[in-house]
Amino acid sequence: MQLPNKKGRFGPYGGRYVAETLMPALKELEETYESLRRKAAFKKELGYHLNHYVGRPTSLYFAERLTERLGTAKIYLKREDLCHTGAHKINNTIGQILLTQAMGKKRVIAETGAGQHGVAVATVAARAGLECEIYMGTEDMLRQKLNVIRMRLLGATVTGVSSGSRTLKDAISEALRDWTRNVCDTHYILGSVLGPHPYPMMIRDFQSVIGQEARQQIIRSEGRLPDLLIACVGGGSNAIGLFHPFLQDEKVLMVGVEAGGEGIESGKHAARFAGGSVGILQGTMTMMLQDANGQIQLTHSVSAGLDYAAVGPEHSYYHDKKRISYTSVTDDEALAAFKLLSETEGILPALESSHAVAHLVKTAPELSKDQIVILNLSGRGDKDVDQVSRMMGLSGEIEDECSGGQL
Amino acid sequence: MSRIEATLKNVNLLGEKALIAYVMAGDPNLEESGRIILEVEKAGADIIEIGVPFSDPVADGPTIQKAAERALRDNVSLADILGLVTRLRRQTKIPLILMSYANPIFVYGIEAFFKEARKAGINGVIIPDLPPEEAKDFLLHARRRLIDMIFLVAPTSTPERAEKILKTGSGFVYYVPLTGVTGSKLGDTDAIGLRVAALKSMTDLPVAAGFGISNPEDALALSREADGVIVGSALVRIIETASEDSDYLSRLSDFVASLKGAIRT
Repeated sequence: MQLPNKKGRFGPYGGRYVAETLMPALKELEETYESLRRKAAFKKELGYHLNHYVGRPTSLYFAERLTERLGTAKIYLKREDLCHTGAHKINNTIGQILLTQAMGKKRVIAETGAGQHGVAVATVAARAGLECEIYMGTEDMLRQKLNVIRMRLLGATVTGVSSGSRTLKDAISEALRDWTRNVCDTHYILGSVLGPHPYPMMIRDFQSVIGQEARQQIIRSEGRLPDLLIACVGGGSNAIGLFHPFLQDEKVLMVGVEAGGEGIESGKHAARFAGGSVGILQGTMTMMLQDANGQIQLTHSVSAGLDYAAVGPEHSYYHDKKRISYTSVTDDEALAAFKLLSETEGILPALESSHAVAHLVKTAPELSKDQIVILNLSGRGDKDVDQVSRMMGLSGEIEDECSGGQL
Repeated sequence: MSRIEATLKNVNLLGEKALIAYVMAGDPNLEESGRIILEVEKAGADIIEIGVPFSDPVADGPTIQKAAERALRDNVSLADILGLVTRLRRQTKIPLILMSYANPIFVYGIEAFFKEARKAGINGVIIPDLPPEEAKDFLLHARRRLIDMIFLVAPTSTPERAEKILKTGSGFVYYVPLTGVTGSKLGDTDAIGLRVAALKSMTDLPVAAGFGISNPEDALALSREADGVIVGSALVRIIETASEDSDYLSRLSDFVASLKGAIRT
């Protein structure tokens, strides 16, 4: 069965809940994508950019020291952190900028949470010579300052959004409003498997390169498929990108890790499958955190990229089908995992990806030595250094050291 | 013919154009919304649209977003608003339309909502993020309860889409004269008039234009072709001064009267 169906549905989820003004643009995008996706010339061009500009294939790295430390299954890291711009996000933006050019649009807009998608859009827009505007919640701008500066250096306009929770959700709403105003000359490069059809399908397809490579790489190095895949889930694009090419392999288990924030019982989290229900938000029907009146709730996570009230509709579908299981880890567990991976493997993971690492640590005692795990290291943690150092009290230490030296 | 369609056509028979006024329920509070609605009717509105506040109103500009935020501070719910409508129905017969995003209705339960809306005395429903393609369940229950589902046509709608929307909706056709959100600036009204005329030639339903009409001049310009005009943000901007000006209701009333005055002849 082909998912989604022609109406963009994954079972009951998905669809296209947008203002009429945007409907023709979504149809145009769908038609452009459908006509190009199978064309050899398009595939060749996309492949060229992925190889030479993004730096694909990314390595599937055997994390020997982490494997030893955890003492159970063999751990492989799919190194999306090594992509140009530092995360998997560019796999999608490279694809969408080609569609933008095919549609003859002169301007691109995007939302961003952690700033990784915004940077990836600003990057491809700079390279294509297109005008670019990125919407970002002011709360996220403060905690991801470095990425704000990167986007501006790349020539993009970064517009702060101070309505609602001042995070990713509000940035998406503002991007949708911009698109409604400027739909004739602007393409909206959505960053995750969210929003109205065809975005969840198209972005999944662009991100599936992660799983396609990982599948070949693990067969090459181990001669067999992995037992378990782990990835963090905000909207869920890095997760579906890794999982999708393995969905037909029944013995491969998959776990998506949501942001548990300060703990599910605290109410301050972004774990849609732990406390959510079905609703309609920003163009799609899916699982989300909302109150009894259908008002969307505020979420919390240390990681800006996971701090969002809804999950991609395809994830809701596989959750119902029990094909993918979902769990969550807390802010503190993610921070500890950040430190662990840095110290054992010399890799600073993004706070988002640290959630996947944290779940691996928790589940390790249940695994055995003959098992193989692939963890999607969706992004690098350079952007988070400022925030992590504040939370761990590291910047204070340096100041103390230096003032001590002057005495 | 539904109450809403009949109201528009009767107003037109008098040689006037219809004024459809939008009020956000719960701004500044639910009780005051009741007074505002009755005042707006008295000042000359022919139909009233009652906004249901939503946390993420993607089709609205800042004015209506802020009104929704004010209403949600008191946790005004769809159930509360149906309660308000029930009370209002003891005092007025004016056609009432609920304008809500899809989610509050979906979470309330589509079937239960239309049943309760009918009981309360709602005549029509507008859902800006629900295109005809996704409206099947909504249409089924709306028809069963004789409630109009009113759909929007945008400047970007192709003739094929417009055709489909015209066939799906009832009551009237909501023409959005600009690409943008509520409260945006209106463009060249002559060009808009041509598009409204083209739309009218495709249907027997009345066509009302709304989004961006902020003064009597705009209302007059658009009413040359349209059967009615819808004004929202401009009213909300007066209502938002309620907390600092005890006399805001009379200003609101004067403004509504000036809008209706402009399209009366």
